[in-house]
Order: sequence, then C-alpha cells, then structure tokens
Amino acid sequence: MKLLLKGGRLIDPASGRDEVLDMLLIDGRIEKMGKPIPTATGMEAIELKGKIIAPGFIDMHVHLREPGFEYKETILTGCTSAAAGGFTAVCCMPNTNPAIDDESVVRFIQSKAKAALNGLVDVHPVAAVTKGRKGEHLAPMAELAEAGAVAFTDDGDPVHDAEIMRRALEYAAMFNKPIIQHAQDLPMTKGGVMNEGLASTELGLAGMPSIAEDVMVARDISLAEYTGTQYHVAHMSTAGATELVRKAKARGLRVSSEVTPHHFTLTDDAVRTFDTNTKMNPPLRTREDIESILKGLQDGTIDVIATDHAPHSYDEKQVEFPVAPFGIVGLETAIGLSVTELVNKGILSVNQLIEKFSVNPRRILHLPTIKIAEGEMANLTIFDPLVEWVVDPTAFKSRSKNSPFGGVKLRGRSVGVINNGQVYWS
Amino acid sequence: MSKADIQLILDTAMSFREVLERPIKKVPPLTGKTIANMFFENSTRTRFSFELAERRLSADVLGFQSSSTSVSKGETLKDTARNIEAMKVDMVVMRHSASGAPHYLSQVINANVINAGDGSHEHPTQALLDMYTIREKFGKLEGLHVGIVGDIAHSRVARSNIYGLKTMGAKISVCGPATLIPKEIEQLGVEVYHHIDDLLPQVDVLNVLRIQLERDAGRLFPSIREYHNYYGITRQRLDRAKRAVTIMHPGPINRDVEISADVADSEHSLILQQVLNGVAIRMAVLYLLATRN
Amino acid sequence: MRKLRAKIIDGQGLERTLTRLAHEILEKNKGAANLVIVGIKTRGAMIAGRIARKIEEVEKAKVTIGSLDITLYRDDLLGRLDQPEFKGTDIIFNITGKDVILVDDVLFSGRTIRAALDELIDLGRPKTIQLAVLVDRGHRQLPIKADFVGKNVPTSLDESIRVHLMESDGEDEVLLMYPETPE
Repeated sequence: MKLLLKGGRLIDPASGRDEVLDMLLIDGRIEKMGKPIPTATGMEAIELKGKIIAPGFIDMHVHLREPGFEYKETILTGCTSAAAGGFTAVCCMPNTNPAIDDESVVRFIQSKAKAALNGLVDVHPVAAVTKGRKGEHLAPMAELAEAGAVAFTDDGDPVHDAEIMRRALEYAAMFNKPIIQHAQDLPMTKGGVMNEGLASTELGLAGMPSIAEDVMVARDISLAEYTGTQYHVAHMSTAGATELVRKAKARGLRVSSEVTPHHFTLTDDAVRTFDTNTKMNPPLRTREDIESILKGLQDGTIDVIATDHAPHSYDEKQVEFPVAPFGIVGLETAIGLSVTELVNKGILSVNQLIEKFSVNPRRILHLPTIKIAEGEMANLTIFDPLVEWVVDPTAFKSRSKNSPFGGVKLRGRSVGVINNGQVYWS
Repeated sequence: MSKADIQLILDTAMSFREVLERPIKKVPPLTGKTIANMFFENSTRTRFSFELAERRLSADVLGFQSSSTSVSKGETLKDTARNIEAMKVDMVVMRHSASGAPHYLSQVINANVINAGDGSHEHPTQALLDMYTIREKFGKLEGLHVGIVGDIAHSRVARSNIYGLKTMGAKISVCGPATLIPKEIEQLGVEVYHHIDDLLPQVDVLNVLRIQLERDAGRLFPSIREYHNYYGITRQRLDRAKRAVTIMHPGPINRDVEISADVADSEHSLILQQVLNGVAIRMAVLYLLATRN
Repeated sequence: MRKLRAKIIDGQGLERTLTRLAHEILEKNKGAANLVIVGIKTRGAMIAGRIARKIEEVEKAKVTIGSLDITLYRDDLLGRLDQPEFKGTDIIFNITGKDVILVDDVLFSGRTIRAALDELIDLGRPKTIQLAVLVDRGHRQLPIKADFVGKNVPTSLDESIRVHLMESDGEDEVLLMYPETPE
C-alpha cells in the first residue's frame, strides 16, 4: 500500500517540527518525508492542504464496555468510534463484567482489539486497583502489569479507603504504573445526580458538592507525597481540585490530571432541561469551575484532555433524570469541542492541543513517544482545524448515541488516522 | 407562569368556589373527556382533590397508583404513559418522586400533563391554592410577608410557593435548620432564618411544612424532639411573637411535631380552607387547560 | 367592519319597553310574590336589574335577583379559538318552587338559553322558568320560545344586533348592523 500525503502541515511537538510537507507511506512505514514528492503509479495521493498532521492522539479514559455490556458498546464499535474521532489509541476502563482484575480479561481485550479494524487502534487496558473494584482487596497488579495494563483505577468508583489507596500507590509504583483516581467522597454525594448549587436548588435535584471531589484529591496528594509515588486525577472538574494539583506540581510531586471536553464546555445550567445527556459523574459544574479549568489547561496544571467516553443505550437514558445512568459518549466530538472551545477562543495553541491529546498522556503512561521520521511506522492523527460541521449523534460510529451536543455547530474535525499499517478516513 | 396567568387562575377559581357550594356540585365543561391520574408517589389528599375536581367538571377519571419507581417495576415511565395515552386519554395528572418527570413525560406523550408534584422540584397547584387562600383572607398578595418553615431543601411546596408569591409581589422568608436549607437559595430572592422566633414577629402568614420523619433523622437533623422544641409552632411560640400570624400547612400534619394540635385547630389556622380551595383551584386549572387552544 | 343599518330602539324607547315587560311579567304571574329574576351575564343581568327595579316600584316590595354565567354549560366550550371568560354565577338563594324569570338581551339561536336552563335545573327545581328578552331576532336552532319579548326584529343571518346599555356602554340603544364587509 503506497500512500502519498500531500501538503499537510506537520506539527510534532516532540521534534519541534511545524512545516508543510509531503509524506510517502509504504505499508504503513514513513518512506520519505519533506519537500514535495512527485506522484508515481501505484500511489494513492491524498490532498491535505490546510489539514494538520500530528502524532497519533490517545484518549486515556474510555469505557469500551466489553466484556459484559456489549449492548452499549463493543471493542470493535468503540475502536471504530475512536478512529472516527481521530484517535490511534485508547485506554479502556476496568468497570466491565468481569472487571479487568485478572490477566485473562486483559488478554481477551487485547485479542479483540487486534481483530478490530485490523488492529488500527492500540487498546491499552487500565486494570482495577482492587479485586472486583470493591475497594477491599488489592488486585494482582504485578500480573496485570505484565500482561499489558498501563495503569490502575477503580473508575467509576473511587478507592475510598485511605489505607488501601496508600498501599495501592506503593505497590503500583514498583512497576512504574500510575494510580488513576475517580475522586468522589461517597457519603457526601449519596443520592446526588448533579452539581450542588443554585441550579440543583431550583430544580429540586439532589446535589453532589464540588468539595466531595476536592477532599479526596487533597487526601490522595498527601498520600502520593508520603509514598513518593505517581498519581493522576481522572476527569477533574472543580476549581478546588485544580488548585490542589497546581500546588502539588509546584512542590515537585508526580501528580497529573485530565479534563473532559464537556467539563470545559457546559455548566450545570445545561441540566435545567432535564436532558439525561447532561447527567454525568463528575457532574457539570459552574462557570467559576470552567474558568479555573481553562487556566489549568493553559498553565499546564491540567496535562491531558480525555473524554470519559461512556456509552449507554437509548432506552437506558430515556427515563426520568434521577434514575438515568451517568455518562455521555465523547470520542467523536473531542476534537471539535477542543478546537471550538480552546483553540478558537485563544486558550490553547494547536501545538498545545496536540500535547494534551498525544504527548502528555503518553508521558504519564510511560508509553514511548511517537517518532515521526523516515523509517518509522506511521502513527498519525490528521485533522482539519477549520471545517465547520453540525454534530449528528445518529451518525456516530459508536453503538450508543448519548450526547448532549446533537445539533451543535463545531469547528475542527478528524480527517483520518494511520497506525499499525492501517488507515481510516473519517 | 406569568403574573397574568396566576391572576387568571386565581380569579377563575373564585368562580368555581361557588359551584362547590351548590346542592348539585357538578358542571359539564369536561363531559366526555378522560383524565388519567398517575400517582407514582403515595398521596391521599392531592389525589382526592384532583379526582374530585375532575369529577365535578364531569370528566371521566382513571386512577393509577403505584408507589414504586419505573425502574423497579420493569416498565418504564415512558411506556406506561404511552400505553395509557393509546387508550385515548385527554389529560394526565402526574405525581412522581423524580424531579423533572412531568417535563420528561410531556415530551413523550401528546396529552396535556399536569404536575401534581415532582420530587423536590415543584407542586404548582399547591402554591396556587396557598396564594388563593392568602388572597381570600387578606384581599391581596402584594406587599405581604410570607414565611415558610421546615425542610426547605426537599420541599417542592416551598419552591413553588417562592416562585408564585414572588411573582405576585409578596416578600418571602424561609426558615429551618442550616442542614435543611438548600445552597444559594438567597439567589431566588428570599431571606433565610435559622431561628423561628426571629421570623415569627415579622410575617403575616406562616406556611408550616411537614417534616419528613422517615428520611433524614440522624443525618440532617438529630431528632424529632429537637425539631419540635426549636421549630415546632405551638401556642406559646405564637404568643411570644405577639403577632396574629395566619397559619397554613399543606398537609398531612404531624401533630405535635412541626405544629401543635391546638394551633392547627385554632382561629388563626387556614388549613381546612386550603383543602376546599384546593379543589376549586384544580377545577380552574383543568378547565383553563382544557379550553385553551 | 360593520355599517349601521338602523337604530331599532333609542334611549327613551328602551325605558318604555322595559316598563312594558315589567308589567307583562306582573300581569301573567299575578304579582311578584313568588318571582325571582335571573339575568344572563353580562347584559342580560343588567336588564334583569332594571326590570327588577321597575317591578319593585310597582309592587312596593323587594324582588329577589340573581345572575347566571352560562360559560360552563356552553355546548361549544372545547374547540373554540378564544378562551371564554368564566365570571361565575351569583345565585345565593334557593330557586326551588319559585317562578324564575330568565332575562337576556338578544334571543338568537337559543343555545345560550338552553345552557341557562341546564344550569338552573342543576341549581334547584323551579316551579316555572319564563323567558324575557329585549330583542328576538329569529333564526332559532333549538325549540326555544320567549314568553316576554321587547321587540321582534327580523334579521338576516349575517347581520348583527348590538345592544348598548348605560351601565356598560354609556348609553341605551339597540342597533341593527349590516353584514361584515372586508376592509
């Protein structure tokens, strides 16, 4: 397979390159790269004028739902959704059935991933911290790491017991894997379905106060400092937690954080329609929290953008708000929301955006940096930063369509992804 | 709801009050119309009140009672309602424990939906009948100071009363233990009191809310005894206030918890008038909805 | 827009007509002892008031009077484009056993009177119900007949009768209007 990518703008933060060039790929490997390459027979030429070529994006927080919840999503449909959204790699969360707390589940996922789109999307399992994600007994982290887990989390639940969290941090550190925490104090948020604030007061819906996230992040940072280990905050949503992470980084601690596109786009006012696609955990917060998150993205406090892609079936979401499950899909709107809300509003440059989607998550997960050079296998995300498009959830490649952004006009969209010798055009 | 709409409902209810005094308490406007009362939460008085209002307007009534949520029952709310609508029901009156359930329902069925109380969100007909009762006694709503005491955080009666009374130009204050006052409620334009003895001398009317015994004792407040001692409306407390405060209560009353028996039965209490006015208000709402095009 | 065709009754004429109606009612019922006068809102009630006062002058005794809002009994309530205003019925006395003089301004299709009859029957069991109208313009759709008529005015269907009263419109008159002409 001979692919000639013509006139795209390569932005590669790792090498510092930012230039318009041609790239010739033969069977997925970069054969030639640089000044214009003449088209020859047998080559498929793709015009990429105005498009950006970046190192492959990775979404480090995705729920692929398989094994156990295939009616919501399968590894195949999830990977297709990822590819369509512009990702060449995802980290899948362990709240499957059975949970990813045994190496057999890791192997199952890996084999399914290889069969999906011929292995185009790399699936890196994030295994459970505790057996069954129950928060009581440590999962066999050594075995899981050896099988291929890149990190550990009990997401959608927190590791609630401080002693378990301390021991987990110590243990995982032996294999140089981070613990990723879904920070939520459970008794404080019991019965809660949205952020606690004026909107929840007016709507008569039970609220989850932002401090329930902050107190756990504060505790975990102390534990990480005490044990000298690596800690990552999943889907951070509050001003309080952002400030805690900022201070921790300033003290030189190995603390990192991620944010979802919906948390820098929507406030809890979006819930006033009672649309169950505005129900997620952590919930949509206030304007002040968004302002703090935007600052955090700018000054590096927030390292990563990850979607927390959480597919749910149509029927599951077609119920009264308090009863609906938490979560929305996000793989196919991530680039659009990020360009529209961050790049176009001057919060981040395109270069910085690529760091949040590719360079930083790989660094945190200790995955090798993507090299874009002659002789290397291509691992690329190609996106159009200017195209305007209207979100249509019914057209999503994901099996589930639970998104609040239907009908919204966005700027920026993936054009295609190339990885492991495979190509996917959106 | 605009001030004009509230005014219309209150005035129309006045005309329906007369019907309730007749020997034959029945008028024909909703003849041949079918109304389904879907009560997913336990309620005797509101259900009776709606049913009475519907029958007095000559409508045919379907009663549906279920104390479980849709999820535990197996059939979703949407399917239950769609099935009932398929039987050519013209209107649905719904009470549900989930805030926002009527909004959701009105999107999935074509029939008119009347909210008889959804979770902690709203209870519009209760607020309307409260306003009617106050207006009946004082001749106006504007400029009055109305207090609401009780578990404000979980009260749909409180929320609807706040919206309604503020729209009509009254001043509202809420009172209760700090753990039962919801966050940022001052932004709705109400004053917050934690000590009932401070509030009582200032108000014309006090709406006393039922305290939910089952739900929150221990976690949100220590005990019934403590609540009664610090917030219970008793004769002594009213005498201390040295002001003839009119007392209202949406019912059902926990005698000697939030209100003492002698106050509930006293000349200051409008509790029974509220009940009668409730039927008239509901007749007005049903009539106006059915005839609006 | 409608143009005036004729003034059927003027201010003085109205007074005389009401006086005659009052006397006819007294004559037929041999006095006012068992009478109650019930006017149909809005203008019927005003006319009823005037008739009642005239009867009181003649008989030198008070006459019981009430007013009826027939909105809830209309046969065209649901499906109207405008929302009919429901003002309420004021009959605080018992009508059982009484001779009810039902009063309205204009008798046309008869449907208003039908509604009023239904409402009165729900309120009690009168001995008789007698109908007094200021104007009968024909075109009945139901078998309804007035017992006391101020004036019979033959009209075509698309013409209209306008009744103005001092209490509501500032002067007393009854006008016959031509059909609607487009602007």
